[in-house]
Amino acid sequence: MISLSLSEKVMLGTALLGGMAGVVGSFAVLRGRALVGDMLAHAALPGVCIAFLITGHRDLLGLSAGALVSGLIAIGAVTVITRWTRTKEDAAIGIVLSTFFGVGVVLLSIIQKPSTSGNKAGLNSYLFGEPGGMLNSDLIVLAVVAAVVLAGVALFFKEFELTCFDSDFARSQGWPTLWLDLAMLAMLAVVTIVGLPIVGVILMAAMIILPAATSRFWTNRLPVLLLVSGLVGAAAGLLGTQVGRGYPAGAAIVLTASSFFVVSLLFAPQRGVISTLLSEYRLRRRVAEEHLLRALFELGEAELPAVPVIDVQVLRDYRHWWSLDRLLERAREEELIEWSANHVQLTPLGLRRASQITKAHRLWELYLVRHADIAPDHVDRDADDVEHLLPESLVAKLEQELAAEGRLPTVLAEVPDSPHVIGAEASGSVSP
Amino acid sequence: MSKTAFEVHDMTVAYQRRPVLWDIDLAIPEGKLVGIVGPNGAGKTTLIKAALGLVPLASGKVEIYGKSYEEQRHLIGYVPQRESVDWDFPVTVRDVVLMGTYGRLGWFRRPGKSEREIADRCLQQVGMAGYAKRQIRQLSGGQQQRVFLARALAEEAQLYFLDEPFAGVDAATETAIVELLHALRSTGKTVLVVHHDLQTVSDYFDYVILLNMRLVACGPVETTFTTENLQKTYGGRLTILDEAAEAIRRQKPLP
Repeated sequence: MISLSLSEKVMLGTALLGGMAGVVGSFAVLRGRALVGDMLAHAALPGVCIAFLITGHRDLLGLSAGALVSGLIAIGAVTVITRWTRTKEDAAIGIVLSTFFGVGVVLLSIIQKPSTSGNKAGLNSYLFGEPGGMLNSDLIVLAVVAAVVLAGVALFFKEFELTCFDSDFARSQGWPTLWLDLAMLAMLAVVTIVGLPIVGVILMAAMIILPAATSRFWTNRLPVLLLVSGLVGAAAGLLGTQVGRGYPAGAAIVLTASSFFVVSLLFAPQRGVISTLLSEYRLRRRVAEEHLLRALFELGEAELPAVPVIDVQVLRDYRHWWSLDRLLERAREEELIEWSANHVQLTPLGLRRASQITKAHRLWELYLVRHADIAPDHVDRDADDVEHLLPESLVAKLEQELAAEGRLPTVLAEVPDSPHVIGAEASGSVSP
Repeated sequence: MSKTAFEVHDMTVAYQRRPVLWDIDLAIPEGKLVGIVGPNGAGKTTLIKAALGLVPLASGKVEIYGKSYEEQRHLIGYVPQRESVDWDFPVTVRDVVLMGTYGRLGWFRRPGKSEREIADRCLQQVGMAGYAKRQIRQLSGGQQQRVFLARALAEEAQLYFLDEPFAGVDAATETAIVELLHALRSTGKTVLVVHHDLQTVSDYFDYVILLNMRLVACGPVETTFTTENLQKTYGGRLTILDEAAEAIRRQKPLP
């Protein structure tokens, strides 16, 4: 019926598993139930062993039924423990998970004792995963489960979204959130259990959590998130089995998914580490440049409109600088200043920027002194923290407000006077 | 002559056997703005949750326009506390407001064009028209609160329950909410609001429910929001009730 080579079957099967684990796992992660998948996987082991002891052969459906039963018992146990004792949910999950897994390992060792009859090699795959043993019937089970799960998600998308986001609100509208939660849990359980022989009980949780966590870096929309999670999971299954040939397949798949996660963590736009650091760095650079321009403006303010040449040493002593030379270098490249040996002078462009910056700074200072009751000699530091982030529209509004109160000189010489003694701040800092 | 929008009969609510509301009896006429006032732990949120069927009643019943909550769900709009959800959830502002229409849509039907129009109109009503496509994590506290209000408006209800809508919002949002409340009243809606700021009660509301585990008073602000009633609500005389509740929980007799 299906004429696929083993490696094709493995590829298809792991991709199907990864895809549905990604989609179902997204809901679990958003609902704060990521650990439930982990527990289900570990708790399935004794069920698998008992099913094997009863039926005597390794058949995916039979073993999965056993896994499902012991998984459900484990969920019941967690519910009972959190409900009737003072144990918190995460502790209860930990207890139940390890207890069931312990029982499973003991049962496994009993099954594998040489004295017992029959071929038991199949069960080992439940520990670490072994897609290499995939049968046609396994593939059909995977395909059917994937179809059912994806159809369920498509059908109940709106209901699941609402329950995950705000279950109280959902209940106030009359949605049976208990049943919707159970439906999500059931899908999670089924996907976890069909995935066990492929990825193994220990690593199955990673297949649930990693694709969802990875796709969260790339999108802010739930439908897209589900799609990306499915694709990430499927890609991890495909690539993991291909690239990791010769290594334990479960580990190879999970490590592939982990590497997707790490790449997203580093390189995702907006949420990624690198993009965060980069925007932090850009802000710092801008702040430093604004400090430089304002310092030059203030040092030459008395002689305006002539633009005086300022001694670099004077500038150096004016405030604390973080590598002034590099700062000057960059400002010169941007044609904001002329800089030769020991002298600095603002260019016309630099002067315009400098007066804008100084104006925003002083407007903000005036506002703080007037409305936040901050002492004039403290205000420079506070102004520094915020002014670099003020949008232009707010600066305009500040100006209007202060003008309306008569706080600005009526003939506004572009920049109002500083409300404190200029250079007071520098006296407190050590110049390099 | 006006109808009774919301009525509670002899209601007791308990969390894990510990009663938090005792024998509440009250009736709110249609078209009133009602403040629910009381100290922390007085059961204000519980009153709302019990009315909405979110916590089980130990005894008594709740009626909305004379019928049970289950029958009248479509008449109700709900604004939960802002902190009750994860604001990093991957949805946009409009997605959240659309959730208000889900109750009407029923199973499996997806919101369409007319629902999106309702959502956009509701966003406009709370002054958030320009934010429809924003991710909700980018909103300030006041904006989050307005989005929740818009979602409740999208439920197109008769009776609204608002749980601390003024908590931690900026002045502009507070004004916007008050204006919205007045607009709702002028169209005959009834609004119950859990409120913390005693100073603004007389300005914002026509009716007040004073609550401290039991009902202290319920009626028009002019006659009910009195110093005497406030002392009863916030005074220390209720510690006996508190101890009794604790004793019931621990199953031991009072000394």
